[in-house]
Amino acid sequence: MRIILLALSCLLSQPALAANYSTLVPQQSSVTFVSTQMGVPVEGEFRKFNATITLDPDHPERGTARINIDLASIDTGNQEANEEVVKPLWFDAAAHPVASFTSTAVKPLGQGRYAAFGKLTIKGKTLDTQAVFNIEKQPGQLLLPGSFKLKRLDYAIGSGIWSDTSAVADEVQIRFRFVVAKP
Amino acid sequence: MPNRYTHTAISLHWLIALLIFAAFPLGVYMHDLPLSPDKLRLYSYHKWIGVTIFMLAIIRLVWRATHRPPPLPANMPKWERFAAESVHHLLYALLFLIPLSGWLMSSAKGFQTVWFGVLPLPDLLGKNKELGDLLQKVHELLNFSLLGLVLGHAGAALKHHFIRHDTILERMLPFLRRNS
Ligand code: HEM
Ligand code: HEM
Repeated sequence: MRIILLALSCLLSQPALAANYSTLVPQQSSVTFVSTQMGVPVEGEFRKFNATITLDPDHPERGTARINIDLASIDTGNQEANEEVVKPLWFDAAAHPVASFTSTAVKPLGQGRYAAFGKLTIKGKTLDTQAVFNIEKQPGQLLLPGSFKLKRLDYAIGSGIWSDTSAVADEVQIRFRFVVAKP
Repeated sequence: MPNRYTHTAISLHWLIALLIFAAFPLGVYMHDLPLSPDKLRLYSYHKWIGVTIFMLAIIRLVWRATHRPPPLPANMPKWERFAAESVHHLLYALLFLIPLSGWLMSSAKGFQTVWFGVLPLPDLLGKNKELGDLLQKVHELLNFSLLGLVLGHAGAALKHHFIRHDTILERMLPFLRRNS
């Protein structure tokens, strides 16, 4: 009897939990980036990543995110560049195959915009980062588009001859678009 | 009608020729370099020179549409006139088609062309890898047609000068003017 009551109370409390969106819809999600080569913005993409996101649109500040990006899945749009950027001077993807972001706080910025603060680890180095994103409600799911900028040399991405920022700029914009559904 | 090209025509002819003699070997050289900041730099220089040629070619075509070239010597055989004129028309066509194919190739490869890092050319094509590779082949093929035509063209000009001893070369040269 106690067990049935417990199960029932669990069921009844379910609506409160159900406000959380936490199942990533990978087909609709993307992680892209824009680098600047010889002053020209060039778009690229990471084809493989996973994101563990929990977000209640009524309480976004309680949201959490952990995002892992498979660096070897990079597509710069150019075969020669794809082969180059996994090498030790760039990502050193053999030694550090994954870049990860772990959120520490989410704060509203007004007008539907939010800042996610967190730790970004690439190539064995962890730095504080801040990404700005929107929350767009769609039937049964949330669309979370956002972006942040990083300085690649902070993480020694493209060292040696590539530290020449007149060819490839230091600043890289990362754009993400995560779609999460209710579990 | 003076039996000489105008200063404008002569300047444009040799300026464009000079830029092609720079862009062509640069294109072949940069293509074989391993990826490096210098390679990115040379690609940009190549595109900037190529776009400059494209712009000069437009001016040149305007000149051509509003001026007649000096008449060819009366004793020149018909087939030679025809060959010379055909080659000139093809060269004019390539002066547009080669930069155009380069520009479109860059768009299709997802790399916009920004002339001297200042003037962005619109991307007329969306990013498309297959199309980009195809346009690269087209650019290469057009370039090797240009190489063949220019060799024939320059060879004919030199033959006129050194074998025929006529004024064909001189009338396109800023110097070497003979009294005629
Ligand atoms: C009349 C002007 C031009 C000439 C004579 C020229 C000539 C050449 C030549 C000879 C090559 C090497 C072909 C090969 O061996 O594969 C080349 C490659 C190339 N050209 Fe041009 N080009 C011209 C204009 C342009 C323009 C305007 C652009 C772009 C805006 C351009 C973009 C390229 C690119 C991207 C390549 C390298 C393709 C690759 O290997 O990845 N070119 N060009
Ligand atoms: C990339 C290099 C070159 C290009 C694209 C080119 C293109 C042309 C074109 C389109 C014309 C016709 C002008 C007109 O009547 O409207 C012309 C004329 C001429 N070119 Fe070139 N040319 C090149 C290089 C050379 C070289 C290297 C020489 C000499 C060795 C030369 C000698 C001449 C001469 C003498 C004429 C005048 C022909 C005549 O009087 O009918 N060109 N060129």
